Amino acid sequence: MAKKIPQINASSMADISFLLLIFFLVTTSMDVNQGLARRLPAPVPPDQKIEDTDINKRNLMVVKINSANQLMVQGQEISVKQLRTKAKEFILNEEDNAYLPKLVEEDFGAPFGTIKYTKDHVISVQNDVDTRYQAYLDVQNELVAAYNEVRDECARKYFHMAYTELDEDNQKRIQKIYPQKISEAEPKNYGGN
Amino acid sequence: MAKIRRNEKREMPALNTSSLPDIIFMLLFFFMSVTSMKEANMKVQFTNPSATELTKIENKSLVRYIYVGTPTSEFRKQYGAETRVQLDDAFAEVSEIGAFIVNERSAMKEQDQGLMTVSIKADKETRMGVIADIKQELRRVSALKISYAATQRTSF
Repeated sequence: MAKKIPQINASSMADISFLLLIFFLVTTSMDVNQGLARRLPAPVPPDQKIEDTDINKRNLMVVKINSANQLMVQGQEISVKQLRTKAKEFILNEEDNAYLPKLVEEDFGAPFGTIKYTKDHVISVQNDVDTRYQAYLDVQNELVAAYNEVRDECARKYFHMAYTELDEDNQKRIQKIYPQKISEAEPKNYGGN
Repeated sequence: MAKIRRNEKREMPALNTSSLPDIIFMLLFFFMSVTSMKEANMKVQFTNPSATELTKIENKSLVRYIYVGTPTSEFRKQYGAETRVQLDDAFAEVSEIGAFIVNERSAMKEQDQGLMTVSIKADKETRMGVIADIKQELRRVSALKISYAATQRTSF
């Protein structure tokens, strides 16, 4: 007669797996690694003379943030919410304004053809030593958002697709037309101590 | 006629718990897959700033973190409440960041060295002076790919 195997008591299995679960809950963190990706300018070799690069005044948009986290763009005080439209206006210069960056015509090949774009525009962000990090990041965020919107509009116009849905090659081509040109100066003291 | 038998002892049947471990294991695997191990023991506390245009850092092995914030309560006495920088598991000066990055970079595979990203995890109330110093230090050692850690928000 075959011996009947006694059933193994598995009631403690739940306790063991609970223990494991709690261990993992404690040692891990939920946070996802998200961030605003930026690229710093390359270091200047110490023997190189600092030259004043000749940027035409109309090609430069200066965004200043003071120690009280207030914004000044082109000599005008504005709020962060207005910055995106301001930046887009500056990057595109659709109406060929004399005080906005100079438009240059260039052939980018199919499907773009010849496009007028502001080739030499630069957005310069200057902040105070006492500026809050959140205020600084808000400005960076709005500028990146402006570029993303410009790129997205371009993608929709020529590919009838959202920029994020394009493949990498086409994204790179649009990036070539609208590269992010955000320059960061060293922090200075702008008023308000 | 039906008789209601009240006093008869009726035993409650044992609840079958054999599937309980399976359920717990399922939970366990869920948490294991969605979470990540802590990178370091936090000695500074910080609340990330928020932003909308975020990109996810893809390859975690290529990321090094710089934490900026005020010391946690247990280190308050020793280090004060001023903003401090933490590298790996220890407090550090801003001037030590360069050596740290060079060290970490040389430990990477050669083809990965150019892809190293430095994630700056700083408190949203930090003064930009500290951040600017860190940025200058990173520029000095040519660690140019950086990411300002932030949490997602939908709008203002």
